[in-house]
Amino acid sequence: MAEDSRGPAILVEGLTKSFGDVHALRGIDLSVPQGTVLGVLGPNGAGKTTAVRILTTLLRPDGGRAIIEGHDVVRQPAAVRRSIGLAGQSAAIQEELSGRENLEIIGRLFHMSWRDAKSRAIELLEQFDLTDAADRYAKTYSGGMQRRLDLAASLVGHPQVLFLDEPTTGLDPRSRLGVWDMIRSLVEQGTTLLLTTQYLDEADELADEIVVIDHGLVIAAGTAEELKGRVGGDVLEFTVPDRGRLGDAAAAIATIGEGEPHVDKETGVISVGVGGQGSDALIDAVRGLDGAGVQTHGLALRRPSLDDVFLALTGHAAEDEEQKGGRKRGRRKPGGQADREQTAKAAS
Amino acid sequence: MSAVTAVPKPSVPTPAEPGLLSQARWAVSDTLAITRRNLLVWMRVPAYIVFTVIQPVLFVLMFRYVFGGAINVPNQGGYVNFLMPGIIAQTAAFACFGTAIALAQELTKGVIDRFRSMPMARSAVLAGRLVADTARMLVTVLIVVGVGYAVGFRFQNGFGLAVLMIVLATVFGVATALIAAYTGLAIGDEESVQAFGLIWLFPITFLSSAFVPISTMPGWLQAFANNQPVTYIVDTMRGLALGHIPIEASAWKSVAWLAGIFIVFAPLAVRAYKRAA
Repeated sequence: MAEDSRGPAILVEGLTKSFGDVHALRGIDLSVPQGTVLGVLGPNGAGKTTAVRILTTLLRPDGGRAIIEGHDVVRQPAAVRRSIGLAGQSAAIQEELSGRENLEIIGRLFHMSWRDAKSRAIELLEQFDLTDAADRYAKTYSGGMQRRLDLAASLVGHPQVLFLDEPTTGLDPRSRLGVWDMIRSLVEQGTTLLLTTQYLDEADELADEIVVIDHGLVIAAGTAEELKGRVGGDVLEFTVPDRGRLGDAAAAIATIGEGEPHVDKETGVISVGVGGQGSDALIDAVRGLDGAGVQTHGLALRRPSLDDVFLALTGHAAEDEEQKGGRKRGRRKPGGQADREQTAKAAS
Repeated sequence: MSAVTAVPKPSVPTPAEPGLLSQARWAVSDTLAITRRNLLVWMRVPAYIVFTVIQPVLFVLMFRYVFGGAINVPNQGGYVNFLMPGIIAQTAAFACFGTAIALAQELTKGVIDRFRSMPMARSAVLAGRLVADTARMLVTVLIVVGVGYAVGFRFQNGFGLAVLMIVLATVFGVATALIAAYTGLAIGDEESVQAFGLIWLFPITFLSSAFVPISTMPGWLQAFANNQPVTYIVDTMRGLALGHIPIEASAWKSVAWLAGIFIVFAPLAVRAYKRAA
């Protein structure tokens, strides 16, 4: 954990990247000290994956610079590749090969001898609790096991800096906890980690520091507690089945919360931050809504989520983002051609 | 930043940039590792073997026994001798379907991202794919030759030229695999690659001298069929296999076409791999 003389493991300054007229990154700065975990939080399409792809030398930035362990990702990509590991959003494993074979081949591609590749595979299978399944084809693995194997594959080369792009997306809650445990033990061994996620609780669990990205910009940075503080404590939320009465409902609770209630006209969900008022706010809300004669479903207090952080930081919900621009900037984007043109420009 | 680079973590020393010679050595060793991996996968997916072997065998039997009787050919040994070089060329070309599918799959699943983020030779994923697919294609071609022998086909021009014919078919197969590698990486999503598949190969293999003498086609079709690369290659293969057919003209045109495909598509495929997103 101690700051050492080597400077940050990851240093990013003014990084920009566009795909055609979609500005995926509009100038982000990051600094991740050695041996710490940075959580990059944001909705689909915020630019998280684009940032990871630039930092892992898969994509050239249009502007700015990124330094990994002292090596520039554009000018010294080979040196960067020797110090990083990457696990993307899908398990990048070969399903027709066994877990052991998958890891051995990666070891060979890291130029280990067969003997070293084999023993490294055994070591990682053990560490990731896959020893019993080592010789089964990976296609027989559960989603959580495949993700663990993928994580193991990203560690074969003993990376100093590890990039995990949404490591638990699509996993059931139990597998998620399993992956979290694995990640924690890696960090204990001193690996620097950059982790992207859509889940506040994940960043909360794993990250020392969190940055929130939206529309290709860092809109907030701090610890999980600091970010939740921006929301103002607990959130009161309920659904109004009769959409015609959303306005009345919002008016009825307008004085309870800290700030304006957020009304989602499509789903009929109203939410408002209530700070530390807790059950008092709940009682006031029931009275107010009852007085106004508005029917509601599922009135409850809950802990703030990423959506609430977004709401507090940006004034709009994370979901809206996804619908506006998120799909276009996904991994298999139709803008691939534009990407290439941009890359060509950046290279000249 | 020199202060930053000067002190690497003691447990994980950062090696110096390797020299050219060791880079070349690693490129070969990485290519072999990828080749081995791809062949392992191939042997474990029965569907691949069925597709690569059953389909050409069915074609041999169908053309030999169903259409063959209705087709008059000028060469000795009858239609089966006319047919086999054509079927072998088509088999070699169709093998490239697997190349495109596999690359698109690896791209979608993030396997290629992982390889590209590793300090391995940049050329190895493509080279290993082509080497493995060439081995696979050669196995298929030899099986088809075996089936051909079982239904009456005979090489009539000596062992050496028979081998040369198989070499030409293989080079042709590698050339189409290179085109497929480029399209697979450029299209990048498996379903589109599946759909696109062999569509472009059907017309150029069937509208050629592969299955019937071109003189039986209508005039406008002859104009195309007489002047396209598959005809040049099949005519050359037929001459090598059977003799008695002048092949100089078609041989040179074949070589020119194949060289052209390599010169255009090798850099395109490499570029598509580097830029794959």
